[in-house]
Amino acid sequence: MGREALGVLRNGGRAMMLLFESIVAMRTMFQRRARQEIILQMFIGGIKSLTVITVVAAFTGMILALQTGIEMRKFGQEVYIGAAVMISMLREMGPFMTGLILAASVGSAIAAQMGTMVVSEEIAALELMSINPVRFLVMPRLVAMAIMTPLLSFYSCIMGVVGGGLVGMTQLNVPWSAYIDNAIRFADNKDLRVGMLKAFLFGIIIVITACHQGFGTTQGAVGVGNATRRTVIISFLVILIVGYMVTRLFYV
Amino acid sequence: MIQLENVTKILGDRRILDGVNLAVRKGETMVIVGPSGTGKSVTLKHMVRLMTPDEGRVVVGGQVISDAAGKTLEQLRDKFGVLFQGGALLEWLNVGENVALPLREKTRLTEEEIQAKVVEKLSMVGLEKDMEKFPSEISGGMRKRVGLARAIVTNPEIILYDEPTSGLDPVSSRMIDRLIEQLRKELGVTSVVVTHDLHSALSIGTRIAMLTRGRIVELAEPADFVKSQQEDVQQFLESQFITIRGEWEKNGL
Repeated sequence: MGREALGVLRNGGRAMMLLFESIVAMRTMFQRRARQEIILQMFIGGIKSLTVITVVAAFTGMILALQTGIEMRKFGQEVYIGAAVMISMLREMGPFMTGLILAASVGSAIAAQMGTMVVSEEIAALELMSINPVRFLVMPRLVAMAIMTPLLSFYSCIMGVVGGGLVGMTQLNVPWSAYIDNAIRFADNKDLRVGMLKAFLFGIIIVITACHQGFGTTQGAVGVGNATRRTVIISFLVILIVGYMVTRLFYV
Repeated sequence: MIQLENVTKILGDRRILDGVNLAVRKGETMVIVGPSGTGKSVTLKHMVRLMTPDEGRVVVGGQVISDAAGKTLEQLRDKFGVLFQGGALLEWLNVGENVALPLREKTRLTEEEIQAKVVEKLSMVGLEKDMEKFPSEISGGMRKRVGLARAIVTNPEIILYDEPTSGLDPVSSRMIDRLIEQLRKELGVTSVVVTHDLHSALSIGTRIAMLTRGRIVELAEPADFVKSQQEDVQQFLESQFITIRGEWEKNGL
């Protein structure tokens, strides 16, 4: 038990060091090659995740609308599903669902790539060419995801609200205009800001966890599999914990 | 040029290197042979500080690399070009971009100058027509040749080869051997080659070191190496059907 706790602390410390090194490496992020790589990573990590995020966010909004709507209808207050969906999506569900999807898709892909590069000695080759792997590989991914996760989270909020509206219109007899009017009236700027902050942190958590696990790969193909699995598990856990802490910090 | 002084490395509970002493002279091709798992690649990794010795030290060009850090380590590593076992090419870059990588990242050469150097080195390994191909589209032998082109593109003083001919057909193997010999003769490059291909070792080596159970058990020029009375060397020679009949002659590369 004590040894495991020490292991968690050690890995946490190493991940923080990796984050620190990546932040130091950001001084090169405006160079042409780094810029190109960041844009490429924004495309790979962000744009390619749009389809799955659209579907998941829309259904999340639909489920939220349906569940709250059914209960509210008992009191004739179903028009308030707009507020319920908007606030849940902005504060929690938008960044949370986006974080989980990106951890499972982008995070696992990054871990697998880094792990394979360690196994095939590509990382060693980079070090020998005095090309810092943190600057060359981690920093562009970190910057790309720190930008893309909040944007995708915002997008998922919109999709969730649209999904909720569709359910309101078709299942609960709430007119679209009343739904949107209600949603916008209750939407708070603070909710948006806190949600975006969460998404920004989740993006960082995903990339740093994936790179840290990937770089620590040993034992060939089995090791790559393990690194990928650990990345998804650790990212999920840290996203949940950090999500709670941010909510606690801003709303209690 | 490179000195390993009493280098010991323990991995897990195994003593991989057990007090290795080895001095590589400037301009020579030192070949390290030995059975698998005896620490040949580990020795090579110590030379470029991809591994740090538990005991002893490694000196490169008069400077201790085994405890160097930061800029000093970077400068020492700049003396080296390394050919890794699988080539270690970046999969998302094509052949030309892989070879150009060290130049683009570390030098201020113009794009035309970089292209000229890339074409020059790729023609040395006979791959100038495959610049646009990606690593996944070429064979294992071609990957190694691209890896070699990348290793020499910065004109390093020392080149390390980790199993340069393993897994290659005999024709490609001899081509790599010829290249190693050519680099030594024409450019005076110091080379360290790790291999268990004795035919290759005897052809290209100016000296051959035999590593067994983490220790250097024999160090000799090829002609003397084949006559060695050391038991491990004898076994190793016999396992590759090399027996002594008269004088050993280097086949003219």
